Amino acid sequence: MNDRFAEGIKVIVPCGSLGAGVREEEIAYGLARGAHAIASDAGSTDSGAAYLALGKSKNNRGAVKRDLTILMKAHAKTGIPILIGTSGQAGGDLNLEWTRDIVVEVAAELGISPKVALLHSEQDKETVKRLNAAGRIRPLPPLGALDEATIDECDHIVAVMGVEPFVAALEAGADIVLGGRTTDPAVLASYPIWKGAPWGPAWHAGKTGECGAQCAEGRDGAGVLLTVRSDGFEVEPLSDHNRCSPHSVSAHMLYENTDPYRLTEPGGIVNVTQASYVQSDQRTVKVTGSQWEPKPYTMKLEGAGGGRFQTLMLVGVQDPDVLADVDGFHDKLLAALYERTRSTIPADELGDFHISLRMYGWNAVSGRPLPEGTPPPPEIGMLFVSTAATQEVANAIAHACNPYFFHYPADMEKELPSYGFAFTPADVPRGRIYEFKLNHVVEVDDPLELVRIEWVDLGEARKSETREVAHG
Amino acid sequence: MVKVRDVCRHIRSKQAGPYWVTFDIFFDGPESYRKYHASTALSSDLFARLYGTNADMVKTIPVEDLCMVKISYPRATPQGGMEERDMHSGQQYVRLLDVELI
Repeated sequence: MNDRFAEGIKVIVPCGSLGAGVREEEIAYGLARGAHAIASDAGSTDSGAAYLALGKSKNNRGAVKRDLTILMKAHAKTGIPILIGTSGQAGGDLNLEWTRDIVVEVAAELGISPKVALLHSEQDKETVKRLNAAGRIRPLPPLGALDEATIDECDHIVAVMGVEPFVAALEAGADIVLGGRTTDPAVLASYPIWKGAPWGPAWHAGKTGECGAQCAEGRDGAGVLLTVRSDGFEVEPLSDHNRCSPHSVSAHMLYENTDPYRLTEPGGIVNVTQASYVQSDQRTVKVTGSQWEPKPYTMKLEGAGGGRFQTLMLVGVQDPDVLADVDGFHDKLLAALYERTRSTIPADELGDFHISLRMYGWNAVSGRPLPEGTPPPPEIGMLFVSTAATQEVANAIAHACNPYFFHYPADMEKELPSYGFAFTPADVPRGRIYEFKLNHVVEVDDPLELVRIEWVDLGEARKSETREVAHG
Repeated sequence: MVKVRDVCRHIRSKQAGPYWVTFDIFFDGPESYRKYHASTALSSDLFARLYGTNADMVKTIPVEDLCMVKISYPRATPQGGMEERDMHSGQQYVRLLDVELI
């Protein structure tokens, strides 16, 4: 670390995920404290496989553009780089291109021409098959060995990057680095590592800051400032309403991990077994003792694909006979719906199908029996879900079941009841089910082996944008 | 009989990647932690029974400094799959609240 970093290497983490709401006053605070870089992730696997399979973002375009505008203004004013990991929610090429287009648009609006690097980590299926055949891919529990059919079931496959591709882009002069799929800590650790910070504190700082102000007490703020030094790191919330405590900082190591002491990352393990957390001023915690254990370089592979299709119906039920025995009603109705489906749709059309009823207000979330003597709820929302090989068949099942779902009586001796449909048409085609198919690691010879760096020529991008507008 | 909810100040559940669910069980102080964190009531079998997971795969890591124990299990059904009811696994902890500790 040279003299410029006598006060430590400072990274603004503006929010937990790009698009979540960057605050201008927090960025101003971080810049006033002498920040050297801005870094944030923009997604993860948390919200499911659809975002990778479809190449879509969960956050809306306006929110991401708003956040990027604030960050790019900060860059224009100070020249400090912006690093984004897991662009567009899932980090596939489509997600990355979606984010690139927003950056190009903002640059044009601000009249700036930053040097933008795109880190592609999406893998084509032939590459994954070749690596698999070479014995370089191994499963992570609970999955088993990878077969070719599983690779073919994926719509998109990404390799999860560590710090090295970001360091390479910074080394080549990038002002803005848009990463494909990246581990959350890596995007935050990469700038300090590029500037020579020790890897243990840099990685541990990255893990601590991954969700922005979530490592602070009180959540009235979005971001944190990380300061990595030769002997450890400090973390301070960007909002002066918030404070970090040794407890809030150490407790964040528990978040979304199965092991709070050792985190496996590309190229090594972050070991915090010996870490100590001390309050260094009212709002800041200093952490020392974090270690990095280098390992043979591996990257995680994530692959997602679409499966069968679903159709939904929802009714509200206040009928006292139903509420007096919700479980019994559920079982009788479900059996009747299966029978009705089989008797109205020919078996060869129907294929393999599934129906479930989820009793919201009773046991929909757990699907488990409730303790005996649980009092009846005042009402339930009953969700019908049909699953079939095509959307048409899933819809047909809902159509076949509609009369029973609307009228089925708890007491057969009584007149037909009518339940509370919320919509017309009553059925809602939901589309496909998306699942992760790969959760494997691949051994690579070089951290950049599966990464392609592309540079955006903002002059060219603007020219082509102008042409599109002219033709459009 | 003491229940989990009686001796904990906070319990949460969350996914840890698409294939794992993790629980953070924060006891209400060092005394409760010492007394209950290794209770056989919180053994792998409990998670097999309540969540349909494989008992051999359940991971338990106590964190003494935070008076908490972290317990994780692999999901029995795929995240976002046909029978999904809790994408982020954020409500799974509720089943633990009334578990009786020995």
